Amino acid sequence: MLKHDSKTPFAELNTSEDEPIIEIQNVTKTFGDVYAVDDVSLKIYQGEFFSLLGASGCGKTTLLRLLAGFETPTAGRILLDGQDVTHLPPYERPLNIMLQSYALFPHMSVADNIAFGLKQENMPKAQRIERVNEMMQLVQIEKLANRKPHQLSGGQKQRVALARSLAKHPKILLLDEPLGALDKKLREETQFELVNIQERLGITFIVVTHDQEEAMTMSSRIALLRDGRVSQVDTPRRLYEYPSTRYSASFIGSINLFEGTVVSQQDDQVLIDSEEAGGQLLVRHSQPLVAGMDVTVAVRPEKVRVTAGSEQEPNHVQGIIKEIAYLGDVSIYHVDLPTGKRIQFTQSNIQALAEQPLTWEERVCLSWQANSCSILVE
Amino acid sequence: MIQQTRKAIGRIIPPSIQKHNWGRTTLIGLPWFWLALFFLLPFLFVLKISLSEAALMQPPYLPFIRGIEDGLVTLVVNFSNYTLIFEDPLYVNALLNSMQIAAISTLLTLIIGYPMAYAIAKAPKHWRLPLLMLIILPFWTSFLIRVYAWIGILKNNGLFNNALMWLGITDQPIEILYTPVAVYIGIIYSYLPFVILPLYATLIRMDNSLLEAAADLGCKPWKQFLTITLPLSLPGIIAGSMLVFIPVMGEFVIPDLLGGPNSLMIGKLMWTEFFSNKDWPVASALAVTLLIILIIPFVLWQHYERRQEEKRS
Repeated sequence: MLKHDSKTPFAELNTSEDEPIIEIQNVTKTFGDVYAVDDVSLKIYQGEFFSLLGASGCGKTTLLRLLAGFETPTAGRILLDGQDVTHLPPYERPLNIMLQSYALFPHMSVADNIAFGLKQENMPKAQRIERVNEMMQLVQIEKLANRKPHQLSGGQKQRVALARSLAKHPKILLLDEPLGALDKKLREETQFELVNIQERLGITFIVVTHDQEEAMTMSSRIALLRDGRVSQVDTPRRLYEYPSTRYSASFIGSINLFEGTVVSQQDDQVLIDSEEAGGQLLVRHSQPLVAGMDVTVAVRPEKVRVTAGSEQEPNHVQGIIKEIAYLGDVSIYHVDLPTGKRIQFTQSNIQALAEQPLTWEERVCLSWQANSCSILVE
Repeated sequence: MIQQTRKAIGRIIPPSIQKHNWGRTTLIGLPWFWLALFFLLPFLFVLKISLSEAALMQPPYLPFIRGIEDGLVTLVVNFSNYTLIFEDPLYVNALLNSMQIAAISTLLTLIIGYPMAYAIAKAPKHWRLPLLMLIILPFWTSFLIRVYAWIGILKNNGLFNNALMWLGITDQPIEILYTPVAVYIGIIYSYLPFVILPLYATLIRMDNSLLEAAADLGCKPWKQFLTITLPLSLPGIIAGSMLVFIPVMGEFVIPDLLGGPNSLMIGKLMWTEFFSNKDWPVASALAVTLLIILIIPFVLWQHYERRQEEKRS
């Protein structure tokens, strides 16, 4: 996962003294008897690159449309800079949105599209032209000023839409699947450009996406949504390393899950009896747990190592390699345990051809450390 | 190897495509043949008659070819019908009057039809079809009968005046029938669907996210309509205007039934020339003149459409 770690770690920044720029308070939106957004509360802070991530139909777009003012919540409040905007029409909200379809005005040139918002606030012409040029420079489309939208490629349209939504210098920009219509290569290039623009302008970005890799690459924080509810809100790193629910564990990346029951807890070391793993597992977990409680132990495939098989290792299992997927940078191995459970582990291919590569039907001993796995309660 | 094989196939295919495709020629040829037989040929007859002289005979005009002598064919072309049309104020006034009525009717049908088309396009999905059916429903009845019905509504002791007097709004019937107002009412009533349908077609195709984008950029609803909806529905406005303006120019039934003796329109004049005066050449010349006048806006429209088409590609 490519993550620009130079950014402020927002997990530490989000103290209760900080005033959120957007506060969503218990917002619910129903369409007929369908709960598109179900009692969602979120706080988003100034300068964040905040992603709403989830599968299709999870309510992420509805939540964004509620923020833009295209929909009115069935219940709950939305605060912007402390001001209640729940019932404010879109044209009076001090934020802008870049729609998924881009929605460029087909009868206007690129320059006129970008100037549209500025004309609405009656900005003097000279100033307007200056701002439009500035925006076109920002997204590098100066040469397209007189083109009409139908004369543009998908990538160019995306840039025009971005320039148009940034022209009014909003404090908050909402982006609905901003890279959804682009092909893979262009998408990867544009990801970093979006982050650069966001950092340069210091605007709060709220992005809707279904692409976990995109969310991981760009975001400072991610809200993972499921069936209209928030499953977990965290930084990409914490969301990946310490998922708090089974859903967030399995939505981002791949993971091995072992069902089990708590045996004992000493300090922050929890002993778990897992039939699936064929023995006892040791996990570092700081929250207090009750003995006999049903939990799930989650281990990422890259945290599992091949060992000599000494009994001193805390978490160890033995199995037979059944499938190997060679991906170039890493290889993924599928291993069947004697309990019938199939687990995955990965090895990075450091050498071009290892002297003794692992092969099909080979018996391997695997283990992982107590602090590289986590316990899921939900 | 594969590359070469592909090239070889590529070289083989084109001649088979170039082979004359009779099926396609027939398919395109049939409507052309139809148009030539039932539109071009009759028009040439009309053109021919317009260039001859009226006479008391059967048919009531002198033949084009006046006999063959010593192998010489004598053709007599007579332009006096056209000079008459442009010299006699009767015809010029009728033409101008028709144009004025057609222009005002087009404007009025647009003003009335646009909100109706807009309302249908914005109505909930299950309402759209029934509403469109209501617009089309009058076509189930004969046009002539529907215009006749307006006589019953508009006459002095008709439905409208009786209703006004019963409500106490007036105590004397308002004279509407056989006035220009009645002609306008008849035309607007008859031609409204021709404006609503093409406007509905363009409005329903319009992307709602454009209005959302405009609203997000600070554009208030009425300004959204002026800056986004109206310009984007221009093709529908033009199509609707053509569908009203062109037939109204030559309209005969409505001014004849609802209009008074003063409502002189070119269609009515043509009828008089053909059937009362038995002057086929002048009537034909009028028909040709009307056609030329109508072709001008049509050509302009075609030009606009082609420009739009070029822009799209």
